[in-house]
Amino acid sequence: MASIDSGGGDSGHKKGPGVKKAKKLSTRVDMTPMVDLGFLLITFFIFTATMSSPTTMDLNMPKDTEKKEEETKVKQSGALTVMLGKGDQVYYYEGELEPTGANFKQTTFKGIRDEIIRKKKEVISSYVTDPACEQKARDKGKKDPRAECQDQDFVVVIKPMEDATYKNTVDILDEMTINAVKRFAMVKISDTEKDLVKATEASTGIK
Amino acid sequence: MTPFVDIAFLILSFFIMATKFKPEEPVKVETPNSVSSDILKEENALLITIDKDSKVYLNISSVKDENKSKLGEIIDGINTSRNLGLTDAEKQSFRNAPIIGVPFASLKGFLDLPKEQQGKITQPGIPVLDSLNNELVWWIAEAKKTFAGGRLLYLIKGDNNSKYPTFEAVINALRRNEEFKYNLITAQEGAPEGTELFFDRLKK
Repeated sequence: MASIDSGGGDSGHKKGPGVKKAKKLSTRVDMTPMVDLGFLLITFFIFTATMSSPTTMDLNMPKDTEKKEEETKVKQSGALTVMLGKGDQVYYYEGELEPTGANFKQTTFKGIRDEIIRKKKEVISSYVTDPACEQKARDKGKKDPRAECQDQDFVVVIKPMEDATYKNTVDILDEMTINAVKRFAMVKISDTEKDLVKATEASTGIK
Repeated sequence: MTPFVDIAFLILSFFIMATKFKPEEPVKVETPNSVSSDILKEENALLITIDKDSKVYLNISSVKDENKSKLGEIIDGINTSRNLGLTDAEKQSFRNAPIIGVPFASLKGFLDLPKEQQGKITQPGIPVLDSLNNELVWWIAEAKKTFAGGRLLYLIKGDNNSKYPTFEAVINALRRNEEFKYNLITAQEGAPEGTELFFDRLKK
């Protein structure tokens, strides 16, 4: 802080009795209130700051087609059908749904990840070398054609119910990214599946 | 204490400069989290908002278009194709409207309101669930026509608690216009540990 010359004792001659000497005032400013205010502003800006800008998730839907040859073929052995129900519940079955509903299972969003990973491993382990696919991958300049092709039969079919929320839908799509599922489809739920889910919901009392 | 205060004020100035105030949203939406890390680009965009009551709103933004002539073209087109009989003042009001969430039948009445009130009243949402009367299809068709040749992003911003059928109806409206690429607006979260994506990102 710059100090101001108060002009005391410069000329040398003594002041006579009765002449009061000006009291030397401290020129230091008390900074405490300023610092207080500073911290108040810091807290305010920290709280209001929106650091994360929104991100986007790409979603590509296939074109509707009526031509049979354009439809994507799905092998039953590699298919995992996931249904989204009420109350963040997930239902799934592998391959084709048995008429008795014996392979229809219930889980949560936590459990479905393990199921997807397990199913993917199963498909990979039963991979029989597909020269056509590997050649295609090689032509595209992929380093490991086997890795490109070994999970080609793995398909996740997503079927949200009417009661599923948008969050559920995004979560399951996210799960596809997380577990690197290359092929998945969002399909309208069939009546049989709907009935099964509703029956399960009724018996477990999920609202 | 002086260095300490210096640092504090440095932080303060950083926050003041880094803060970008959120524009006020006419519709409050809590977006779900996703692991996706693509930052939203500023481009011509058709934003479809789905709020927590599954009501659908529309907002079209065009960059580098000072007097919003593109929006004018869209409302002109909608006016003709849907026979709404809007006046010039109402069309002007559309250019400045914050967000549209009314059926065509009440669009005229909505545009007659002063701007401050448009942002305040609760709008009923654009009807989408009835597949025969999915009004969003018309809006998208008009926007697509107006922005033909340029880029137009289709953004969908849904609330956590909105229901799936509305989302499906929105997707269907886009599909009926032969649009198959969309961007869902989400908040960012990290990849869960131990998953394939997690190791993939570690490698990078």
